[in-house]
Amino acid sequence: MWFEQVIFFLAAIGALAGALGVVILRNPFYSVLALVGHLVALAVLFLLLHAEFLAAGQVVVYAGAVMVLYIFVVAYIGGSDEPLRPEGGALAVFGPLFAAAIGIELCIAFIASGLDALDTTGADVGPGFGTPEAIGQLLLTRFLVPFEAASYLLLVAAVGAVVLARRRRGLEGTEPEILA
Amino acid sequence: MDITWYLVLSAFIFVIGAAGVMSRRNPLVVLLCLELMLNAGNLALIAFSRMHGGEAGQVFALIVMVIAACEVVIGLGIIVAMYRRRLPIDVDEMSELRG
Amino acid sequence: MSATGYGWLVLAFPLAGTVVVSLGWRVLPGRLPGWIASAAILGSFIASLGMLDKVDAEAHVDSAWTYAATGDFVADVSILVDPLSVFMCLVVSGVSFLIHVYSVAYMSGDRGYTRFFAYLNYFVFSMLLLVLAANFVLLIVGWAFVGAASYLLISYWYRRSTATHAGIKAFVMNVIGDVGLVIAAFLLFNETGALDYFGVFAGAEEVFSPDDGTLVAACLFLLVGAFAKSAQLPLHTWLPDAMEGPTPVSALIHAATMVTAGVYLIARMFPLFELAPTAADISAIIGTATLLFAATVALVVTDLKRVIAYSTISQIGYMILGVSVAAYGAGLFHLMTHAFFKALLFMGAGSIISAMAGVQNLDRMGGFRKAMPFTFITFTIGALALAAFPFTSGFFSKDEILSYAIERGGGFVVLAVVGYIAAFMTAFYAFRMVFRVFTGDAVPEARELEDGHLAHGEPMNPMTGEPEDTEVGFPGPEHHVAEWSWPMKAAMAPLALLSLIGGIVGVPALTDTLEHFLEPTFEDSRYAEVHPSSGTEWAELGIGGVISIAGIALAYVMFVRRRGITLRLRDRFSAVHNFLAHKWYFDELYDALFVRPFTGAGSFGRRVIETDFVQGFIVGGATGIVRAGTSFARAIQTGYLRAYALLLLLGVAAMALYFLLASS
Repeated sequence: MWFEQVIFFLAAIGALAGALGVVILRNPFYSVLALVGHLVALAVLFLLLHAEFLAAGQVVVYAGAVMVLYIFVVAYIGGSDEPLRPEGGALAVFGPLFAAAIGIELCIAFIASGLDALDTTGADVGPGFGTPEAIGQLLLTRFLVPFEAASYLLLVAAVGAVVLARRRRGLEGTEPEILA
Repeated sequence: MDITWYLVLSAFIFVIGAAGVMSRRNPLVVLLCLELMLNAGNLALIAFSRMHGGEAGQVFALIVMVIAACEVVIGLGIIVAMYRRRLPIDVDEMSELRG
Repeated sequence: MSATGYGWLVLAFPLAGTVVVSLGWRVLPGRLPGWIASAAILGSFIASLGMLDKVDAEAHVDSAWTYAATGDFVADVSILVDPLSVFMCLVVSGVSFLIHVYSVAYMSGDRGYTRFFAYLNYFVFSMLLLVLAANFVLLIVGWAFVGAASYLLISYWYRRSTATHAGIKAFVMNVIGDVGLVIAAFLLFNETGALDYFGVFAGAEEVFSPDDGTLVAACLFLLVGAFAKSAQLPLHTWLPDAMEGPTPVSALIHAATMVTAGVYLIARMFPLFELAPTAADISAIIGTATLLFAATVALVVTDLKRVIAYSTISQIGYMILGVSVAAYGAGLFHLMTHAFFKALLFMGAGSIISAMAGVQNLDRMGGFRKAMPFTFITFTIGALALAAFPFTSGFFSKDEILSYAIERGGGFVVLAVVGYIAAFMTAFYAFRMVFRVFTGDAVPEARELEDGHLAHGEPMNPMTGEPEDTEVGFPGPEHHVAEWSWPMKAAMAPLALLSLIGGIVGVPALTDTLEHFLEPTFEDSRYAEVHPSSGTEWAELGIGGVISIAGIALAYVMFVRRRGITLRLRDRFSAVHNFLAHKWYFDELYDALFVRPFTGAGSFGRRVIETDFVQGFIVGGATGIVRAGTSFARAIQTGYLRAYALLLLLGVAAMALYFLLASS
C-alpha cells in the first residue's frame, strides 16, 4: 500500500544519501556521521521487511556500538581534511567506473527477465516472522554451529585488538621506522 | 513492494561502497566504505529471507553483522597502531605487499 | 704345451709386466721397473720360441672366451698360431726385448721412468695381440690399443707442447685408419657372414667374383687402415712428427714393429687382395710412390731422427710393394731385416743425440768417430744394411722384393725401376748421415767426449729451442751414451750382428729358409709358383749391390772429399731444396684442406651456434620470455591497497558477467 511505498522511498533516499556522503565527504568525522544516518535508514528498511530483531540490532549494535568506536578512533587520530588533488590518480577514475559496471550488471540481473522469481512481494509470513523468539529459536537449533563460531570469532577479535593496541616497551616515542 | 526494489537499492549501495574503497586514501574512510558494502549484503539477505518466508537469511545477516564488528575492531586496531608509530595514515604509503 | 698354449703365454707376459710395473710404481726402486719389463718381454720371446718349436703347416686357432654371439655375429677372444704369426711374434718380441734393455739405461734419470716401461710393455702386448688375433674383432682391438700406446709414448714428455701436438696428430691419423679397418670388417662381415679370418676367406671365395665392387671397396678400406698405421701416402705426415717421442720409442714403435702392422695386415689378408687385383695394384703403386717420396725428402732434412723416420717410411713402402705383388716371403723378410737395422740406427741416434746434449741437427754434428767408436761401428753397420750393401741383410731382402716385382712383369717392372732409383737415394742419404756425424772435424761436444765427459747444454726443445726444465714431463737431466752404458751396448751388439748376417735366412737358391717357413700360410696364393729363377735373382741382386755402392761412393765424395758442395747445391737448386725440405708441402696442404676448415667450423660452432644461437637465442630467449612474463606479473603487485581492491572488483565483475551470460 502507498504508505509502505512512501516509507520505502524515504528510507532508500536516506540510505543512498548516507552512502554518498561517506564516499564524498572529505572530513572522516563527517563520513562517520553519514554512515550512522545510512545505518538508521537501513534499519527502517529492515523493519519494512519484517525483520524487527535485526532492525533493533542494527541500531543498537551497529550504529550504537561500532560507530561509536569509530568516532573514538577518529577523535584519537584526528582525521584531517584530505587534500583534493593528489587523490588516487588513475584509480580515482577507474574505480568508480568499474564499480558502475558492476552496478549495471547487477541491475540487469535483477530487472531483466533473468530472475523472474524476484517479481513478487514475497511469501505470506505469519506474525511471528522476524521476532526475537523466532531468531533465537533458529540460533539455538539449526544454526548453533555458526552461532558458536561467531562468538569464538568475537573472542579472537577482542584478543587481537588487545594485542594490536598494547604498548610495546622501547618503541613508543621513537621515530617512525623506515619500513622500505 | 516488490523485492526487486530492495535488491536494486542494495546493488547501488554496494557499488557506492566499492567506488569508495577504491578512491579514498584515508584508511578509516576505506573501512567505512567496507561497512557500506557489508550492509548492502545484509539488505539483500533480508530481502531474500522475506521473499522465501524463511528466517535463515536473517540469521545469516546477524552473523554478518557480528563479523563486521570483529573486522572493524581489528582494522581500527591496526590504524591506531599505525598512528602510534607515527606512520602516515594513508593507504598508498603502506605498500609493502609488493612483488 | 701346445702351440696355442705358448701363444697365450706370449700375450700374458707383457700384460703381466705392464700391470706389475704400473701398480708398483711407488715401491719399485731405481731401474727395477725396467728390468721387470725387460724380463716380461724376454718371457714372451721364449714363449715365441716355444711356438716356433710347436708350429707346423696347419693353422691352429684357440678360443679363450666368447665375447658376443648373436646370430651370425660371433666375436670371441681367439688367437691364431701359424707360421706368419709365429714369425711376427718372434720379430716383435725379440726386437722389443733388446729395445727394453737399451731403454733401461737410456731412460734412467727420467722422472717418469716407471710410466715409460708400463707404456712400453702395454705396447708390446697390444702389438702381439694384433698379430695373434684370429678374427677381425680382436684385430681391431689390438689395432686400436697399438694406436693408443703410440699416442701415450709419443707425448711421453707431456709438458713439451710439440710432443703433445705430435701425439694428437698421430692419434687422429691412426683413428682414420681404424675407421677404415672397421668399415672393411663390416663390409666383409656383411657379405660373408663371418668374422674370423678363415671364415671370411672361404666366404669371399664363394660370394665374390674377381674384382667385385664390394670386395675392392673392402680392400681399399683395409688399405686405408694399413696406410694410416704404416705411414704411407697420404697418411704419412704423423710419423716424422712422432720423432718427438724418446728414441727407444722411435726405435720400437716407429721403425720395427707398429708401423709394420700394415704390412702384416696386407699379408694376412692376401686371399682378399688376390681376389681383388685392383686393390692390390693400387697398394703397390702407392707403396712405390711413398718410397720414392720419402727417399727424396730424406735427402735434405737436417734433423737426424727425421732422416731415419723418412727412411722408415721409404722402407715400409718397399715392404708394401712386396706384399702387394704377392712376394709375401720377400716382403716379410724385409720387414725382419728392417726391424734389425732400423732399431739399430735409432739406438745409435739416441747415443749421438745424448752426446750432443739433446741437439738433433745434423748440421751441428761432426767428427764423433774418435769419441764414440762403438756407436760409430754399429751405426755404420746399420747404414750399410739400410743401403743394401752387398751381403748385408738389407741387400738380400730389399733386392729380393724388386726381383719379384720384375718377375711379375707388366707395369710392375716400372715400379721395380722406381725402387732401384730410390735404393740409390737410400744409399746416399744413409751415408750422408754417417759421414756427417762421424767424419770431419770434431765439434765441441765430440771433443768434450774425447776428453771424457759428456757435454751438457741448457735443456731445451730441440725443434723450437724453447727452454725447459728437468722435472717430470720433460727429459731428465741425464744423458747416456752407448760407450759408457753396458745395457745399451748389450742391446746394440746383437742387432748389429743380425743386420750383418741376418740375410742368411734368405739367400736365394741357397737357403730360402724363411720362404719355406712361411710357405704353409701362403700356399693358397695364386702366385705361389711365381718365383724368379735363381740366376735372374742373383742378377738383380747384383744390380742392387752396384747401385748401393754407387750411392755410398757419391755420398763419400760429397761429404768427405768435397765438403761444402752441398751448400752450393742447396743455393743453386733452392726451389727444389725448399720443396723437398718442406716435405712436398703435405703438412701445409693438409692444414689448408682439413685443419683450417675444421677449426673454422669449430669456432663457428662455438661463436655462432653455441654462443649466439643456443646461449643467446634459445636459452636467453626462454629465460627472456619467462622474465618478461614475470615482470609483467610483478608489475601487478604494486603494493597499493586500492589497486588490489580494483582487481578484486574486476574479478567479481567478470564473474557476474559470466553468470549473467550463462543463464540467459
